[in-house]
Amino acid sequence: MNFILAGISFLLAIAVQFWVAGDPVIHVLVQFPLLAISGYLLVAGQTIRDVWVGPALVLAVCSILFWMLPRTLDAVLNDWGMHFAKFALLPLTVGVPLALCWKRLHLIVRGFVKTETISMLGILGFLYTHAPVRICNSYLIDDQIRLGFSFFYVAGALSLLWIIPVFRGAEVPTNQIIKKLRIL
Amino acid sequence: MKLGGFILTTCAVLIGGAGLLWATDGLRAFTAEGARRLEIARIQPQVPDIRVETMSGAFKTLATTTGEVTLVEFIYTTCADLCQASGGEFAELRDLIVQQDLPVRMLSVSFDPEVDDVNALISYGELHNAYDETWTIARPDVSALQSILDFFQVTVIPDNWGGYQHNTAVLLINPDGQFSGVYNTNAYKEITQAVKAAL
Repeated sequence: MNFILAGISFLLAIAVQFWVAGDPVIHVLVQFPLLAISGYLLVAGQTIRDVWVGPALVLAVCSILFWMLPRTLDAVLNDWGMHFAKFALLPLTVGVPLALCWKRLHLIVRGFVKTETISMLGILGFLYTHAPVRICNSYLIDDQIRLGFSFFYVAGALSLLWIIPVFRGAEVPTNQIIKKLRIL
Repeated sequence: MKLGGFILTTCAVLIGGAGLLWATDGLRAFTAEGARRLEIARIQPQVPDIRVETMSGAFKTLATTTGEVTLVEFIYTTCADLCQASGGEFAELRDLIVQQDLPVRMLSVSFDPEVDDVNALISYGELHNAYDETWTIARPDVSALQSILDFFQVTVIPDNWGGYQHNTAVLLINPDGQFSGVYNTNAYKEITQAVKAAL
């Protein structure tokens, strides 16, 4: 089932390719996540040995940082090698390692990654809405500002998504949470 | 087991960090424009034989062999806001260069030669006080346009109002005919210093 969903996600990412040259929001906030999700679903449920959990997370984080660089965005639009690298690497070096390590990560690390994601989106939002110059040569200034606001919306949506379970109550009995905290 | 994980993670951080350093030219270029400027300063490619038609109807090559520095900016004359500002900045730069008596030619080259005929160049020149001497407005041949834009790494994209947005900058061609520098249009001091260094 996951395999099919991964395929659908990948095909959707190919389908939106038509719009990515003209719209950075579709490119960064629709196509990139679709590609990462396809990799995630491809190996969802599988696991790796403990020693590889750290490296997997580092690989995913470094890859995300790379794909966040404005020059990467210009490069994938102007360079065929980078264009194909996008379709291969976003699933394989973002989605796959995240799926393999996520369940094995310590609760605190997971929380840290989530809060960092939200704050990074906030920083990007500020950068793209306030930059006095065009950050990407391939996109119009109005689209750059629109992308900035979209970063804010996604940050807000993720905050809600991740905070709601906290108020819904603990899924694990309290004594287990205490036990987990003691491990720290 | 714990130690193994720690070592592997440390290695991953080092490799990942090195990769990111490589991808940003040592944290110096996060944008394509920043990367372009570093690359040009490093490689200094020889400018091909490009001829442009100036506002006086004469033809000039972009690179010279007469010991002058050439400063080029790309424009289109029907631009409403940004180019008018950068045209004003180019005028200010011209005044500085005349003041300091530097051997410099300045060219505003249209990337829209289909629309920008000689008359359009003349009215743009009049608007910004470009008198053909020192600073002139020019247009390339339509058929040569794309290779010129590719060479200078100028990205032009249509906006939604019938105009264009482009990576506006002052481009420096040294007396050896090499494209050797890219500067912000208002970085007067940096540009005059680079001109002196290139002479």
